[in-house]
Amino acid sequence: MARSALTGSRIRERRALSGVKQADLARLVGISASYLNLIEHNRRKIGEGMLRRIAEALGVDVAVLAEGAEAALLDGLRDAAAGEGGVVGPERPELERIEEFVGRFPGWAGLLVAQHGRVGLLGRTVEALSDRMAHDPYLSSSLHEVLSAVTSVRSTATILTDTEDIEPEWRARFQRNLHQDAERLAKGAEALVAYLDGAAVEEGTLAAPQEEVEAWLDARGWHVPQLEAAAVKVAAAVEEGLGATSASARRIAERVFTRYAEDARRLPMPAFRAAAAAGKGDPARLAQLFGVDLAMVLRRFAAVPDARVGLVICDGAGALTLRRAVEGFAVPRFGAACPLWPLYQALSRPMVPVRAVVEMAGRVPTRHLVYAICQPVGAVGFDAPPVLEATMLIVPDAAAAVGVVQPVGPTCRICPRVECQARREPSILTEEF
Amino acid sequence: MGKHVLLIEDEPNIIEAIQFILSRDGWRVSTHTDGADAAAVVRQMAPDVVVLDVMLPGRSGFEILQELRGDAATRTLPILMLTAKSQGRDREMAERYGASQFMTKPFANTEILASVRALGGF
Repeated sequence: MARSALTGSRIRERRALSGVKQADLARLVGISASYLNLIEHNRRKIGEGMLRRIAEALGVDVAVLAEGAEAALLDGLRDAAAGEGGVVGPERPELERIEEFVGRFPGWAGLLVAQHGRVGLLGRTVEALSDRMAHDPYLSSSLHEVLSAVTSVRSTATILTDTEDIEPEWRARFQRNLHQDAERLAKGAEALVAYLDGAAVEEGTLAAPQEEVEAWLDARGWHVPQLEAAAVKVAAAVEEGLGATSASARRIAERVFTRYAEDARRLPMPAFRAAAAAGKGDPARLAQLFGVDLAMVLRRFAAVPDARVGLVICDGAGALTLRRAVEGFAVPRFGAACPLWPLYQALSRPMVPVRAVVEMAGRVPTRHLVYAICQPVGAVGFDAPPVLEATMLIVPDAAAAVGVVQPVGPTCRICPRVECQARREPSILTEEF
Repeated sequence: MGKHVLLIEDEPNIIEAIQFILSRDGWRVSTHTDGADAAAVVRQMAPDVVVLDVMLPGRSGFEILQELRGDAATRTLPILMLTAKSQGRDREMAERYGASQFMTKPFANTEILASVRALGGF
């Protein structure tokens, strides 16, 4: 039977579990206690006959002692050693003593494997973001912080695992450093995720014209008094509000403001708020009451002063054309959103209203009641495909528990839901984040 | 007394780790954390090898390297540059300003030890 150098460790473990003293077991199998001690510490190899006698004395199958569960740990350590780039010379990992290392220091071996895995994960994170790093000072600075912490973790972990005779005060100091760096990594990761979510975007880091318009609306709580007035001059409002931005941003603003002004004309805010407060908060009933389409009502909810709601609008291809984030519901700055959002269910069923309770993934998952509708934009004709647009209103509601709760995420790249049928690409996050 | 290495780096935990690795290898290790007066500290201490981080408070590692290479007393001093950025631009600048070697974070302990030994003539 194949045996690894860890057979001794398993004998010691089994003996301790059975409550048998070392001296008693040694006497039972006919060897000295000191020799058994050497076997148990993997310092002496053990023959077939002796292994059988010990197994009988402990009342276990020989295989239990001969084959261990340390294979994964050994593989992980070999992986870590290979990751050092085939280092040669006196400092290379002593692969020929790997089983002895696992046997004598299983805790340290486990820590080394875990740290190696974490360094690998962070390396992949850095790789995934490197294309943006050169153009983004905030990201560059955050990644520098993460890389510095990773460097320290890697060096410190290697010292702790490679230095057997490390002095207690140095060991304590390095353990404290590891803890500090783990905290730094956690904070760095949180900052990066917040940044990617768009929850902590500052105007100085805005990258796209659409973001410029959304930031301007964000700064005003998505309520624009000059567009609520009866006689609105959209061009003047754009010039006054976003005159200093790019031409593309001004064009987007013109489209958004024109629609806002029309919404305000059809659904004057005082009347809308009064109807909503009078118990007719159901968007469908409000649409009926005012004789307007459902999407307009959803947009109007987002324009109520101090409203704590989110709003997302996408075109027929699923691209987000307007995003108002709300606490607890992360909206991606770049790329496509989560395909499980009810927004996309609505997109696949034009003119069918969708209401759902969703739970957004995150450190603390949050529930929201959402309303969505997909409608054609502009006039429809016989010889051209309709231009569709879906709108979704997001209302934070921790107590919402109507029917099935749909788990959703922000976007695959930063979503921690590992087992998800809708996943289109791997996440840069893990459960540890 | 072993050879003398001066470590100019501002991350305290990285300093402790590198200091430990090099000290156990027999090096006398001095440390400095501020970029502003780092060049003056190098001249004053006259170490055998300098390990110089690029991102320092007060002054960048590249500026310090440039000043040291412009001074006859430190023109050939072995200097290992450390950076958290792996882009070609940083490597290019390190080579242009005369770094003896360049290393990207995160590095393996064995790599930094091997580099310092090689620069120290071991």
